[in-house]
Amino acid sequence: MNLLERVVAIGRRRSPWVCRLNAGSCNGCDIEITPLLSPRYDAEQVGVQLHGTPKHADIVLISGTLTLRSRRAILDLYAQVPAPKAVVALGSCPASGNVFADSPLVLGESLDTVVPVDVWVPGCPPRPQAILDGILRAARLLEEGATRSQQGESVS
Amino acid sequence: MSEVWRYLVAFAVWPGLLGAVPLGWLMLWFMRKLTARLQGRRGPPFLQPFYDVAKLLGKATVVPAGVRRGLFLALPVVSLAAVTAALAILPLPGNPVPALPGDVVLLLYLLEVPVLCEVLAGYVSRSVYGQVSAMREALLSLAYNLPFLVSIIAMAQYVGSFEMQALQAAPYGPVHAVAAAAFLMALPARLKLNPFSIANAEHEIVADAHIEYGGPPLALFKLAHALEIVLLVGLFAVVFVPVTPWPALTAVVYAAAGVALLAGITALAAVTARLRLAQAFRFYWVWGGCASALTVAAVLVL
Repeated sequence: MNLLERVVAIGRRRSPWVCRLNAGSCNGCDIEITPLLSPRYDAEQVGVQLHGTPKHADIVLISGTLTLRSRRAILDLYAQVPAPKAVVALGSCPASGNVFADSPLVLGESLDTVVPVDVWVPGCPPRPQAILDGILRAARLLEEGATRSQQGESVS
Repeated sequence: MSEVWRYLVAFAVWPGLLGAVPLGWLMLWFMRKLTARLQGRRGPPFLQPFYDVAKLLGKATVVPAGVRRGLFLALPVVSLAAVTAALAILPLPGNPVPALPGDVVLLLYLLEVPVLCEVLAGYVSRSVYGQVSAMREALLSLAYNLPFLVSIIAMAQYVGSFEMQALQAAPYGPVHAVAAAAFLMALPARLKLNPFSIANAEHEIVADAHIEYGGPPLALFKLAHALEIVLLVGLFAVVFVPVTPWPALTAVVYAAAGVALLAGITALAAVTARLRLAQAFRFYWVWGGCASALTVAAVLVL
């Protein structure tokens, strides 16, 4: 790794820009993201910025049970994030469907079958510290080139 | 040193790219840190603007479908080049470029290029949000340019010359204060800060006109914005802050004026909410118009 690549890699760890996608969440996880930007947790001190557009993002936060309609939205949004990128799954829903599992309207599978997930943040909802920790884990994976998309895994 | 080399050094080293980019990052960090402190947060680390750009430069470029690739990628380059060229002719202490007749006019033209690039970027990207942002930016530039252009042109009229160095060396008087007030009125809108952050209202229209940009082109736009801050603060210092016969002392005075100016507009941005486009337009054409008329009157009378 030459100097330039090293600088870019450090930049990836120190400046994780996040965009979030509600894939059918009850809004509980999303409401826990907001305090990250508040004075108590202040995610900007570790370089985290919340962006509205996937084109500016490095890390996608996906929350919620996957509904039948959100699958395409997830694939669409994931494709728009410029490489290298990481995916953080928020809460129990993307993994298992949580209390909504077996509903006829939800996709009966984990988020992993749609996009390669790098970090799982468990909880219903997870605490803001846990979300921030998940973002920073993903940022470290981006620095090491160890996210699943960087390893060559593609969308299902 | 021949003339061409002087311009090359001014463009590439000081006050151009090599010198102004770290200065722009420093200013961006200062503004973000001060905003954070005023909000009771810790704020970003010192090297944050550098990390942001380094990371963006290392990302892939995504060109939206149906967009002309050449135009899409040329806009950030043109924007950055125009701001750098404007910096190169700004007579900051240590600038190797000799006096250029009519450089005030050139500077004012170059200042409009990044705005134009932004508007075009919004329309070219084929994003509805980008187009709304571009429309807001274009309309807002019709508003804030009234006091902005009048303040600079009135100073040129006062001095009787369209040379930056003549403006810089003008004897300090009450006209400076009046024109500076008109300039300061336009500054927050030029830098897209609250209460005039209408074109980059992230809560309403997702992002600014660069919504479809990502990776290296976005990094160039971010750099152009950082340099624009340096340029406008530098322009304020050169035109409205008294110059001293010693370049080193002048640099110190300019730096102090720049810190005070940035602290002032950042504090204003932190304590105000965003205005609507019509309100901002009205503000600039009523109160900006009054300030402009006062400035012109001061130049003609004093």
